[in-house]
Amino acid sequence: MAHQISIRIDGKLVKVSAGSSILDAALAAGKDIPALCHMKGLSAVGACRLCVVELAGVGRLLPACTTPAADGMSVTTVSQKLTKYRRMILEMLFAERNHVCSVCVSNNHCELQALAARLGVTNVRFAYSYPKLSADTSHPRFVLDHNRCILCTRCVRVCAELEGAHVWDVMSRGTGSRLVCDMNQPWGASKGCTSCGKCVQACPTGALAEKGWCVEEMAKQPARVSRLAVIRGGGQ
Amino acid sequence: MAKKITIPHVSRIEGHAKITIHLDDSGEVAGTQLHVTQVRGFEKFIEGRPFYEMPSITARICGICPISHLLASVKACDDIMAVRIPETAACLRELLHCAQIVQSHALSFFHLSSPDLLLGMDSDPAARNVIGVLEKHPQLAKDGIALRKFGQQTIERLAGERVHPSWTVPGGVNAPLDTGTRDLILSDLPIAKSIVRRTLKFFKGAIDGFQDEIANFGNFPTLYAALTGPNGELRLYDGRLRFQDPEGNTVAEVVDPLEYQHYIAEATLKFSYLKAPYYIPAGYPQGAYRVGPLARLNVCGRCLTPEAGAELAEYKQRFGPVAHSAFLYHYARLVEALYCVERMEQLLEDPKITGKHVRAQAGVNALEAVGIMEAPRGTLIHHYKVDEQGAMRWANLIIATGHNNLAMNRSVEQVARHYVRGDTIPEGMLNRVSAVVRAYDPCLSCSTHAMGQPELDVLLLDPAGELLDRRRT
Repeated sequence: MAHQISIRIDGKLVKVSAGSSILDAALAAGKDIPALCHMKGLSAVGACRLCVVELAGVGRLLPACTTPAADGMSVTTVSQKLTKYRRMILEMLFAERNHVCSVCVSNNHCELQALAARLGVTNVRFAYSYPKLSADTSHPRFVLDHNRCILCTRCVRVCAELEGAHVWDVMSRGTGSRLVCDMNQPWGASKGCTSCGKCVQACPTGALAEKGWCVEEMAKQPARVSRLAVIRGGGQ
Repeated sequence: MAKKITIPHVSRIEGHAKITIHLDDSGEVAGTQLHVTQVRGFEKFIEGRPFYEMPSITARICGICPISHLLASVKACDDIMAVRIPETAACLRELLHCAQIVQSHALSFFHLSSPDLLLGMDSDPAARNVIGVLEKHPQLAKDGIALRKFGQQTIERLAGERVHPSWTVPGGVNAPLDTGTRDLILSDLPIAKSIVRRTLKFFKGAIDGFQDEIANFGNFPTLYAALTGPNGELRLYDGRLRFQDPEGNTVAEVVDPLEYQHYIAEATLKFSYLKAPYYIPAGYPQGAYRVGPLARLNVCGRCLTPEAGAELAEYKQRFGPVAHSAFLYHYARLVEALYCVERMEQLLEDPKITGKHVRAQAGVNALEAVGIMEAPRGTLIHHYKVDEQGAMRWANLIIATGHNNLAMNRSVEQVARHYVRGDTIPEGMLNRVSAVVRAYDPCLSCSTHAMGQPELDVLLLDPAGELLDRRRT
């Protein structure tokens, strides 16, 4: 049995195995920290920064998913400051690309949309950047719409760690970052893609979707993919 | 000295319009222009989107008749998939469409046009609105609100939402109709029917008081276009597109929707963002044709529901087999509302309406397709081209109001010639110019895919283009 450590989460004493992340510890304590890139069973990357928490004695916010829990830590997961930053992150995600919920296949089934509603994001204070982005319709069964991608990389990790195909990656930097298939090939031209659809099911938004479904019809099952990843031991 | 009158905003229409009236040296009307002043660009920004997103995107063209765009779009998508949709799905779509026409016609007749008809074209503009109608004719105003509510509520019951529902999909609809909902809609039908009957009776009694308007409101021969059944019956959801000459002879019939391109071309006007479609064999601008309720009743010889069938026969008896006055759009709208309520009853009483197989699935099987249907304001055409993967490459949307553009221009000119005297805009003339535009129930926001406040702007110009007078409502 792994060595046990004790940390306080929102004042509550929690015992977890050494090596656990703060997010794992919080989940064990029944806390629901907002997160978009995290998927149990896959490696943690800290891409979305929504799971930021306050750590006593540390002057900056830290992502709960990639920060290991240490004995004696005192963590705050809910505060006005955290809510403010989490809202801001969501607003920036909305402003960065063209998330038009009303015509999205994942409308009403979208984790980004649901989180915005949960955190009370009623408007976006930042100027929308309206990038001209394409949709890759070349795959016979699936479609990639860059307009709706938040670069959480769940697809990248599920494909590499669970399916073992490693078809997806992210190219470029900053606001120019794009999800790419193989070495920036059309999805339909990928020799590596097994068309398993795990990336589609793992995607929190309508960025990856099955072809042919209309607005509001793409209800995904990320929990199934996550369960499979845990069983296969693909990640932590 | 020649002059120019401007009506800066047309009120109680969907979208923005401005009218310019040019006077010659003797003060007579030399010509008029109806300007539609916004552009939205739907045909451009859909490029690259998967074709099955088109219904939900194009529905956003309009908040009044999104169902029309949804249906024209899903019909085009059905053809891209090259599927024949399940019969139940076709019936459900037609049912939804009838509810949409009832609510839209109720909005046009009661909310937008009845103030002119009931309170008089020369009454105080401040009170010439639906509130004024509510004060002077409370029963009629309540009827209007109730009828529109019936249409909207039926849309909600069928499709889940009143505006921009996601129920209609390429290949059919995404959920069947349960018997409980069917019975709910059926239980509200008799009230809706009695409202339309009562309004028709009222309108027929009042129409003799509008002889001047009937004679001068866009009363000129044009071609007409509308969908019909194989035997010339009134059809709104599908059928063949028939073109009719001013004498009532069929000059062309489009059975394959793709062939519409052989008959309709669109001219671009320098003074308006609204294109001017015309009938190709007659050329531009002689090929002006009209669509909408007036055109549908002209093109269709009969109607397959009993009460609307009798009303259509009476209408034709009163005005002849082909009626040319735009004022009669109002009358035709009421006849159609009755047809829709009766047709809804027929559809709901058919056992197959609650069938469970409501969707056909397929990929891309055709790279070009056209969906044509009769929106409340007339024939609506969605024309799509896609690549092998289903991404949109090109789209052309010809909206009902667009078809009427040339005729609306001519109607404005006719009214202006009749009512404009001198170099100022008489209030009664302003009202009548606005009213003739309103008779077409134009949806300018749809037809240019524009946005903005609904208003009318009339400009009076001399031959040198100098502004003499300007009025807005």
